[in-house]
Formats: sequence, structure tokens, C-alpha cells
Amino acid sequence: MATPSSITDVLRRPASRSFVSRLRAGNEIAYLITLVATVSILAVVGLIVAELWQNSQPTVKTFGWHFLHTSTWDPNGGTFGALPFIYGTCVTSFLALLIAIPLGVASAIFLAEMAPPKISNFLTFLIELLAAVPSVIYGLLGIFILLPIIREYLVPFLRSTLGFLPIFRGPFYGVSLLSAGLVLSVMVVPFIVSVSREVLLAVPVEQREAALALGATKWETTWQIVLPYASTGIVGSVFLSLARALGETMAVTMVIGNTPAIAASLFSPGYSIAAVIANEFAEASGQLYVSSLIFLGLVLFGLTIVINAVARILILTTSQRNA
Amino acid sequence: MMMEISHGRRIVNVVMLSLSGVCTILVVGVLFFILGYLFAHGIRSLNWAFFTQLPKPSGEIGGGMANAIVGSGKVLLLATLIGVPVGFLAGVFLAEYSGKTFAFVVRYTVDLLNGVPSIVVGIVAYALVVRPMRHFSALAGGVALGIMMIPIAVRTTEEFLRAVPNPLREGAMALGATKAKTIFTVVVPAAISGLASGMMLNLARVAGETAPLLFTALGNMFWSRGWLQPIATLPVMIYNYAIAPEEDLHQQAWAAGFVLLTLVLVINITARMIIARGPASSRR
Repeated sequence: MATPSSITDVLRRPASRSFVSRLRAGNEIAYLITLVATVSILAVVGLIVAELWQNSQPTVKTFGWHFLHTSTWDPNGGTFGALPFIYGTCVTSFLALLIAIPLGVASAIFLAEMAPPKISNFLTFLIELLAAVPSVIYGLLGIFILLPIIREYLVPFLRSTLGFLPIFRGPFYGVSLLSAGLVLSVMVVPFIVSVSREVLLAVPVEQREAALALGATKWETTWQIVLPYASTGIVGSVFLSLARALGETMAVTMVIGNTPAIAASLFSPGYSIAAVIANEFAEASGQLYVSSLIFLGLVLFGLTIVINAVARILILTTSQRNA
Repeated sequence: MMMEISHGRRIVNVVMLSLSGVCTILVVGVLFFILGYLFAHGIRSLNWAFFTQLPKPSGEIGGGMANAIVGSGKVLLLATLIGVPVGFLAGVFLAEYSGKTFAFVVRYTVDLLNGVPSIVVGIVAYALVVRPMRHFSALAGGVALGIMMIPIAVRTTEEFLRAVPNPLREGAMALGATKAKTIFTVVVPAAISGLASGMMLNLARVAGETAPLLFTALGNMFWSRGWLQPIATLPVMIYNYAIAPEEDLHQQAWAAGFVLLTLVLVINITARMIIARGPASSRR
């Protein structure tokens, strides 16, 4: 705390002080230090982009756009095509969202519209803990618990009911696109639930009251009035979890099968961008090999940045409209 | 006079609303399933040797993960030393000094950094630390996790400093304190419990990160000396043991998973409870 003498000091000071005296007060130093820290964060992000860009140049120069739409991944032969990984990443993320969106939005509806606030807060707390579980632990449970369950129950069921579809044909070894999609869906549900619930809670009460007064049931109010009002924000939460699913590494690596192939069947093993980097980067030898993996990292980086940016804008738009 | 709601609409109402409840139970059930399974499996495989012994050479039964536990501690310490100061100072800048436009740019960049997949951060740490030094190291792992800690550190600091009421600042200024003195002796201490728990949450989040450590800290079957050697960490050990063929290693992976999850959840729950009570105590 300031002593009386420093108060008189302040009063005696001329309006425009010399830089040195301001420096002595610690003001400028504190300002400079915090400014440097802030700028260094911008620099870190710049550095990430620069490193990824620079280190992926050999691959860009050698293969160009062909890298992204050819499917031969042959480190020994020196040919690199990223299509199997892009395919695997997209299929597993899509599958994850397909399962997670209905589950997540329905839970958010229950938590925002029906549950009493205390119970809702407690359940949300539990669901958010689900998001705190490390991904390697999801992988561990995926390998030893989910894979046997899928093999014993889910696959025979899908074969007998939907077996006429090409996506449910072929042999099943356990590790597969299907398994990866299922693990991912569990991992992204918490994000959809917690963001969607916030968005739903932000819908003005008057909207609900008006619908109920006109004779709508609780469900009709929710489905026809509240959900459309909150839809932008919910789409935002979906984009947020899509970005998370695309970049998820460990759990996917452990159950996807790590086979660079493009197969129509969800039962067959695949590979994802993040998984191939995790598996091969430490052992990759040769400039072109390493640079191809880094280029994959750049692709992943670009994808998640764009999707995250869209998600932020969507969520921001809804919360500002309601504010 | 009440209008009758048709039978069909009433059934749809009840069915859909109960369905949403069932979905919630399902999602929450997953958490208890995970906890229950890890608890049951982990406890069974957990013994004293797990905490005190080194891993046995492959093929031999037994051994522990003492080096990985210490290794995780060392890497996390480095990460905290890198991520928390930078994030904290930047958060102070955003909350107390920055103009609107610049703050918006920084906030957006921080959000983007938060969305960067952890494996990509690993690549960057590899390019920045491992390649110039020519070997994998604890330092590289710390840099990777440190970068990952920055965004949450910034947002936590900014949020909790903004929650400090303005009269506190005005009071300090009126007593003649400089702006810097106001911030660091009045505003920050007022927000300290929230800041500390926010940083704990941040630490818990990166404690389970595996991907960025795979090719930075790598791993090590022995005690690693100093900060510039490859170092074993719990998450990477779980990964390596889970995909190994030996049944004994699977048991150890369960034990390690149990220890890691307990650690992460205990920190999470404690920190969230402190934060939930936070605003009231800082307004005191």
C-alpha cells in the first residue's frame, strides 16, 4: 500500500514526467513485460505456422497437389499420397458426429429445458468431467473393452440387419474405422452437451412462455421454438467438436488399425492423419518422409483452424443476439 | 376453458422428453462406466512396486513405473514454468492494459492456439528443440506441453482479473498506488484463488497429453538424468504398454491409467469446487 509520502510525491509531480521517472515507478516495466508476453504468444502462433510451412516445402515441391489426392503411401519407395489418411480422418469424424449430435443435443435439451437447475448443474459437472478424461485412457478402454463389445454384439447385429449396405460388409478384426468413430463419439459428446446447454439456456424465457400460452406442448415448444432460436449456437458446438475429432490422436491411433488403405466398409481398418504422424514421425528417416508427415500436420492445422474459427463466430453470433 | 391437447401430441411430448432424459443418463453413465472399470482393473494391478521400481526388460514379469511418475512430474514442472508465466502476464495485459482492437486480435489468436491439435504442437516442439539439439529430451516435452498451457492460462487470468470489482482498483489508485502496484498488490491477490484453481485445471488438462510427448520426450526404461535426456512419462507408458502384446504389461497399463485418471479427476473436482465458490470469496 502507498505511504503518505508517496501520495504527496504524486501530487508534486509535473504533469508530463520523464520516461526514467515513470520507469522507476514500475509502471512502464510492468506494461512492457506484459506486452512482451502477449506479443510472444502471437510470435508462437506465427512460429507454428512458419515451422510447418517451411518444413513441408520438400513435399509441396515434389508432389504438389497430387499429395492430397493420391493414395500410395510407400516410405521405402519414396512415394507419398495422403488420401487414405484424409479419408480415414473424415470417415471417423463424420461417424462420431452422427452418433454424438443426437445424443448430445438431446442431453442438452434435457439439461436446459427439463431438469431442475440443481440437478442440471450437477449432471453437467459430471459430463464435463468426461471431457477431462485423457485421450490415452479412452484408447485403453477402447482396446480392451469397446473392441470386444463391438465384435461380440454390434457387428453381428449390424450384419444381420443392415448387412446389405456395403459399409457393413467384409471381415471384422476389431480395430476398424467403426471402432475409432465410436470412441471419438464418446469423446466429443461432452463438448456438444456443455456448449449446446449454454446456448439453450440463453434463449429468452418469453419465447417459451408465448409458445406454451398458445397451447403448444413442452416438446413442441422445445422443438419448434427453442431449438430453431438456438440453432446457430448448436451448429457452432458441432463445429467445435468436429475440430476436436479431426485432431484427436491417441484414442484413434489405438483402435483404428493403422492401415493406409481406403475401404468402403466401416469394418475394415484404416488410418487417420493424426495417427500416422503419431506412429511414424519418431522413426521417419529421409527428408521427404519427414516433410510429408509435417505437411500432413499442416493440413490438419489448417482444417482445425478454419473449423474452430467458424465455430467461434457462430457461437459468438448467438450469444450476442441474446445479450 | 381449457383447450384439449390431442392424444397423439401428448404421446409425442412424453416420448420425446423421456428420450432426452435417457440420452442424458446414457452420457453420464459412460463416465461411471469408465470410472468403475478403471477402478476395478486398476486397483487389482496396483501394488507398491508400481510406485518404487523401474520397468523390467521386456519378457520379464513385474517391475513398476517409478521413473515415469517422476518423469511426468519433471515434464509438467517445465511446462508450468513455460506456460503459466507467459499466459498469466498476457492475461494481465489483456485485462488491465490492452486497447480493444489489439485485445480482440490476441484473444482470437489465443483461441486458435487452443484449437491446434496436440500432435501438431508436438511436431513444432520437435522442429524447435529436438532437431537443433539432435536428441529427444525432457525439455522438448516441457516446451510442447508449455505451449499447450498458454491459451487456458491467458483466458483464466483475463477472466478472473475482470471479475475483480473496479472500486478495488479505484481505491488503490486513490491511495496513490501506481497502476502496476495496483494490479500486482491489489487486483491479482483479490483473484488469487480463482487464478490458482484455473492453473490447476490447466495442468490437469496437459497431464494426460500423450501425442505431443511421443516424439519430444520419447520415453526411457531407466532413470533419466537431467533435463536433456529422453524421459519416460505416464501417458506415453500407458500407450506403449496398452499396444504391447504381453498380458503383464496390460495390467500395468491399467494401473497407470488408474493413477493418471485419479490424479486428473481429483485436481479437476477440487479446482472446480474452489472456482464455484470463487466469485463470492473474492467480493468479500
